[in-house]
Amino acid sequence: MPRINSPTELEELRKSILSKRDPDRPCIAICAGTSCLALGNDRVIGAFEEEIKKQSLEAKVDIRATGCHGFCEKGPNIVIYPEEICYMEVIPEGVSDIISQTVLGKKVIDRLIYTDPNTGEKAAHQSEIPFYKNQMRHLIGNNTKVDPKSIDDYLALGGYSALSKSLFEMTPEQVLEEIKKANLRGRGGGGFPTGLKWETARNAPGEKKYVIVNAHEGEPGAFMDRALFTGNPHSVLEGLIIGAYAIGSHQGFIYTRHDTPQLRNNIVVALTQAEGYGLLGENILGSGFNFNVEVHLDIGIFVSGESSALMRSIEGKTPEPRPKYIRTAVSGIWEKPSNLNNVETWANVPQIINNGSEWYTSIGTERSKGTKLISLSGNICNTGVVEVPMGTSLREIVYDIGGGIPNGKKLKAIHFGGPLGGSIPASLLDTPLDFDELAKLGAPMGAGGMLVMDEDTNMVDVARFFLNFLTDESCGKCVPCREGIRQMLKILTNITQGKGREGDVALLEELAEVAGNASLCALGRTSSNPLLSTLYYFRDEYEGIKENG
Amino acid sequence: MDNDRIDQIIDKHQGKASSLIQVLLEIQSENHWLPKEALERVSEKLQVPLTRIRHITTFYKAFSLVPKGRHEIHICMGTACHIRGATHVLDTVQDLTGIRPGETDMDLKFSLETVNCLGCCALGPVMVVGGKYHGKIAPTEAEEALKNYE
Amino acid sequence: MGEILLQIDGREVKVEEGMTILEAAQSTGINIPTLCYHEKLEPYGACRICTVEVETGGRTNLVAACLYPVQENLVVMTRSEKVDKIRKMLLELMIAHAPEAGALQELAQEYGANKDRFEKEPSFCILCGLCVRYCAEVKKKNAVGFVDRGGRREVIFIPEIAAKECWNCKECFPLCPTEALQAGYLLTEALAFPSGNR
Ligand SMILES: Cc1cc2nc3c(=O)[nH]c(=O)nc-3n(C[C@H](O)[C@H](O)[C@H](O)COP(=O)(O)O)c2cc1C
Ligand code: SF4
Repeated sequence: MPRINSPTELEELRKSILSKRDPDRPCIAICAGTSCLALGNDRVIGAFEEEIKKQSLEAKVDIRATGCHGFCEKGPNIVIYPEEICYMEVIPEGVSDIISQTVLGKKVIDRLIYTDPNTGEKAAHQSEIPFYKNQMRHLIGNNTKVDPKSIDDYLALGGYSALSKSLFEMTPEQVLEEIKKANLRGRGGGGFPTGLKWETARNAPGEKKYVIVNAHEGEPGAFMDRALFTGNPHSVLEGLIIGAYAIGSHQGFIYTRHDTPQLRNNIVVALTQAEGYGLLGENILGSGFNFNVEVHLDIGIFVSGESSALMRSIEGKTPEPRPKYIRTAVSGIWEKPSNLNNVETWANVPQIINNGSEWYTSIGTERSKGTKLISLSGNICNTGVVEVPMGTSLREIVYDIGGGIPNGKKLKAIHFGGPLGGSIPASLLDTPLDFDELAKLGAPMGAGGMLVMDEDTNMVDVARFFLNFLTDESCGKCVPCREGIRQMLKILTNITQGKGREGDVALLEELAEVAGNASLCALGRTSSNPLLSTLYYFRDEYEGIKENG
Repeated sequence: MDNDRIDQIIDKHQGKASSLIQVLLEIQSENHWLPKEALERVSEKLQVPLTRIRHITTFYKAFSLVPKGRHEIHICMGTACHIRGATHVLDTVQDLTGIRPGETDMDLKFSLETVNCLGCCALGPVMVVGGKYHGKIAPTEAEEALKNYE
Repeated sequence: MGEILLQIDGREVKVEEGMTILEAAQSTGINIPTLCYHEKLEPYGACRICTVEVETGGRTNLVAACLYPVQENLVVMTRSEKVDKIRKMLLELMIAHAPEAGALQELAQEYGANKDRFEKEPSFCILCGLCVRYCAEVKKKNAVGFVDRGGRREVIFIPEIAAKECWNCKECFPLCPTEALQAGYLLTEALAFPSGNR
């Protein structure tokens, strides 16, 4: 791998990569995301490899194992280039037909394309399939176009041009200013302004500073960070390097899960390749800027994703939260200024630098800008990873993209934000996807797990589920969280078993208030969100069960 | 697992105390459980108190302080799986194997764990046995699937 | 280190920069209850009984006095309706685990806490961590530590270390806010059943 020593050399490399690529050459992009792999996609990939060998097409047809395409419901998914034909629910037995009829014969196979269950209409391209066409796939869209293990694929799409622009055409202050103007807000749960956090870390005293990618994704029902990071690792890495430059950090950490081997491998390969090209390490692109990244694998329980707990874990200590009366951006890992951002937050950075903050702020609502990745799951026809502009109504997500509720059932509620989020009733379906609007309703967006629930769902059980989750996934250090959750859980369990008692609801509310006000970290302080939201919108279920019991 | 192998793993991480979790993870994934002697060795070599190692190895579900069964069953208890009936799958598997999450049966045949979200909610409820995924699984199907393991 | 002027319970107080609210209050003779605090140990912030109300820049917040650093013009209320309500319930929650603990009973009296509000689950431990931290920070022996997480968190002695170190020390026993004998019990148990695989 030749080292790249200047922006000119980067552009030359890009040109040479592109010149070697024939845009008309067929390429089969096969999803190797978690769901598709679980469906046995490795066998589909194997079948394609075999078939291509059998027909001696190695020189004519490419295969690309990619990250998640998004439409998990219909996996295994493939996209055939250059026509961009989408096939779904592909099985190894169908592979030879696909090669002979579509790849070589240029014919669309009807039974493999999407059929609208309502209209019976067929659709062969993302631009026609409702699930895809109603999205704005700025971050996740490239997943079908890159092999995550190929930095050249990323460069071919213009990758690392934002880094080059930052290092050579902008000062760190200008980069920071652009992110602030873009009004980028953190995607990890809090919606905290990214520019402000960077500025705090930048201005904090001390030479040594750290930047960190939070790829823990501990929220149950959230799988979009994995989809993005596994499928397009360089987009996150490029954002991280740009952030490091703006903040003045020379050491980064990627904190991620050990239980997803593809994710881990793709990150390691991406780091090695970026280093090989001189996009990481000493004197990046000949700019004089140095930056190194260490991968920190973790197994984590839910609380490990909380910023101070995560930083303890990187230090090799028990991942218990510490009180943050001093921000981690000022005193984090080994008491050094440490800037932590979520995977998706980092991935937004290169596009902001490339297209400018004005472009970015043209997408979204007044106070929530850009697009947002959503993990759509539950009682919904189309489970999958969805990306929409902020401001999109929940109705559009559920019906236009999600295809509605299966089995002819009625929608009952939507839950956002996992164990620290809340549920809102179907009557609020026209709410826009917006940090503040959702928080106001008691269903803060969290990381973007959106759970759809049908009429059969018992909302007391939903609240109980999350508290039960938290009692096993918190650290247990402080009394209001540990003991408060224990007691709330007991009461809810009694209610769901028909053993509710007079005064239960009032006691629940008091426990929630104490946990909310006195807990050490945000887990305890927001642990009763699901409870409070269901008490607010579905109170009759609590009281009804009591009366019947 | 002998001390030489443990030392190799520790050396790979340059004997840094901050690599404690990575070292433990590697031992766990190679040996499938963490024997007491291994923990003592790690404590000594990394100069980390045993109390911290005990805390960390019981804090995370990924570590096991007892030998695991030949087949590890993971049942996803994520939200999507939950509302699609994962609890019934878990109940069935518990009845069938006689063990609860975190436990291993006497014959070391099965170990049972619940996990939070495997990230394949489209397939919920999901049960994974020895790395093999069983998606959209009904309790009776789970029962059938487990019969095939020796 | 400079001096900082703040207000505690309506009194103007001048203290050293870098102090916590708890230290500032103690230095002027104002009492804030604590359970997991010890002056020889790093502040820990687990029992939350020292929760106080503070006002900065027009906003009021509930914070742990043992950890919160003093700031210029900070207004602190060590008692208020909210604070008392929190302390009362925290005591009720803890007393379910250690019904006989003297320190808890005294505070329960003061805050009107109902000892029977929650079903008793006597574990005789409120996980304040005084023994764990004293052994680690002061004695540097690490013979006792926490295990597990969330609702299952516990304190255990490491038998191999305890057998060597503890009988001649026992300095952590009197620190225990629930039962001075609790630590002794756990220690004996650890030594009697050293193979208990935790
Ligand atoms: C209990 C708890 C768990 C969290 N888990 C995650 C997580 O898995 N991933 C994540 O990005 N942020 C998580 N967060 C939020 C982080 O603490 C932190 O705010 C975030 O990573 C900052 O990045 P952002 O500003 O880009 O959102 C969690 C917070 C809490 C309180
Ligand atoms: S609030 Fe809960 S998770 Fe956070 S420190 Fe307290 S016990 Fe641990």
